[in-house]
Amino acid sequence: MRISPTKFISLLFLVLSVFYLYTAYNIQVFAFDENAPFNARTFPIYLGWAGIILSSLKIILPEKVTAEVNHKYLDYKSIIYLIIISLIYAAVILKIGYFISTSLFLFASYYFLGERRWGLMFILSFPFVAAFMYLLHGLLNIYLRDPFLKYIGVMG
Amino acid sequence: MIEGILIGLSTALSLTNILMVMVGCFAGTIIGMLPGLGPMTAIALMIPITYGFDPSTGLILMAGVYYGAVFGGSTSSILLNAPGIPGTVATAFDGYPMAQQGKAGKALAIAAYSSFAGGTISAIFLLVAAPSLSKVSLAFRSPDYFALMILGLTAISAFSSKGQFLKAMMMVVLGLMLATVGQDSLSDITRFTFNNMNLTDGISFVLIVMATFAMSEALTIIFRGKDPNRAAKQISLTELGSIKVNKEETIKMAKTIPRSSILGFLIGVLPGAGATIASFLAYGMERNYVNEEEKQKFGKGSVHGLSAPETANNAACSGSFVPLLTLGIPGSGTTAVMLGALLGFGIQPGPRLYQTNPEIFWSVIMSMYIGMVVLLILNLPLIPYIARILAVPRNYLIPLILFFSVTGIYLMSFNNFDIFLMIGIAVVATFLRLYDFPMPPLILAFVLGGLMEETLRRSLLISDGSPNFLWDRPITLIILLITITIVGWQIFSTFRKKN
Repeated sequence: MRISPTKFISLLFLVLSVFYLYTAYNIQVFAFDENAPFNARTFPIYLGWAGIILSSLKIILPEKVTAEVNHKYLDYKSIIYLIIISLIYAAVILKIGYFISTSLFLFASYYFLGERRWGLMFILSFPFVAAFMYLLHGLLNIYLRDPFLKYIGVMG
Repeated sequence: MIEGILIGLSTALSLTNILMVMVGCFAGTIIGMLPGLGPMTAIALMIPITYGFDPSTGLILMAGVYYGAVFGGSTSSILLNAPGIPGTVATAFDGYPMAQQGKAGKALAIAAYSSFAGGTISAIFLLVAAPSLSKVSLAFRSPDYFALMILGLTAISAFSSKGQFLKAMMMVVLGLMLATVGQDSLSDITRFTFNNMNLTDGISFVLIVMATFAMSEALTIIFRGKDPNRAAKQISLTELGSIKVNKEETIKMAKTIPRSSILGFLIGVLPGAGATIASFLAYGMERNYVNEEEKQKFGKGSVHGLSAPETANNAACSGSFVPLLTLGIPGSGTTAVMLGALLGFGIQPGPRLYQTNPEIFWSVIMSMYIGMVVLLILNLPLIPYIARILAVPRNYLIPLILFFSVTGIYLMSFNNFDIFLMIGIAVVATFLRLYDFPMPPLILAFVLGGLMEETLRRSLLISDGSPNFLWDRPITLIILLITITIVGWQIFSTFRKKN
């Protein structure tokens, strides 16, 4: 039997709702609140049941196909590259600072999306990020943490 | 009221705020024009910029972005037949055929004039309706608010789901579940944090908006990049034709604008319904109003057919501010984003906003009108140049959207857990969107989650745990009956389609 993607997503949602409901019942409340008409568990318990009912209905009821997705046309390669670059960016942003990590992230993203005009890629990464940082930090006075720029004395 | 208008004018007409309206309208137009990016993404991308401003200025900037993005969406509808937002789909019905006939400049001008007129008329309605409704809404109690939020969530699910009501309701529940992560507002008990300190304060609203809109929008554009059905059809952007509108066309617009404005505003006020429904209804209504000869021109470049949805979608934008400003309950995804931003400034919209922060209440209303004027003055002469933005290659566009999303989150927390979480949610949202699970209900539910739990708590405590609060007060009962009618109608229409 072939299960449609929508029903598969609904099944995952059902599992999530069951887990959510189980966790909701295990929320530790104060002893005096245990039998109160409303405590920290009440709303999540309602939500857990609502999730279970709705996802079960979606699984049981016949489906009207609206989203025909042709996997042949989906660009998995580019999206995986972008997600990996984003994860690396998130991992290093605190260590090497906002300016360098963001500029490198932009440069790498342009490259992996097929761009090869090096000059434009450079302008739209390093100088662009510097100008944006100046707008935020210098003009709008929004604090932007960057240990590297602080170390070399560019930022106060 | 006169005093309020003057307060609003003095705030909105300060040099900084006028500059913000101009920047907002311009930035909104550019972002809204890019296919796939709508007002919600545009406003979300602006949130980090507003951190440095006072609340009125921040809101004025966002209101400008909102109108600009709606107008920008019309531009891509007319020139490429690729609506930036669902609210401008109906604009493409007659706007794109006009552009193909070499009258793209004229079509854009008609869209600009209609947007301006629709926005102006509805801003006047808002000016009159909002204070009166604020007074009425003071009579609302916790059960009424709870019922109203249920109605809003049901309505947005019904209207935004393209016949997939259950999917939209699942997104509502998911949004509410995400809102329960972190400390319980009353008892300070932590819930669903799994001993992770980063989740103690809950998931940030900006993170959810950036992940489900800006970032997942960018990932979707890349993901579906090879799909020939989604490839934009390019028309010559250098030959837009004249932007002059002749006398006959002006008369046609003058007939269409008043009725479409009223319809658009009324639809916009309803929770859940917004610019999309308003524009489609206005298009349909206009088709019924015109004579047989004009009716034949619909879909082939009719002035009535272009003016009606454009007027109505802008009027609906103003209308959607009514429930936000008077009840503190957003009626649409876009106003939900604005509510999140308001809460970020420490302002709780609602009936009391009118009394506690009149300068914000009135300056937002006044800046809407100023926004309309700016849009017309700024965008009309710049149409040929702005249209070139449509040629921005996605190789640059996508990384820049990702950059703004990550910066927005980094500025808020300076930790990378939030960025990882945002990437995770964005990936999930991208797959959900692929299979038509709508995101606006999730955002609205996430924003309303805390308030909904609070009002349910108060209602249940007052009624000593009994569900009687649902039918004790006439207002609550009426609102819930409307909700049941919407759910019933969804079930009925599903069965009718099957048979």
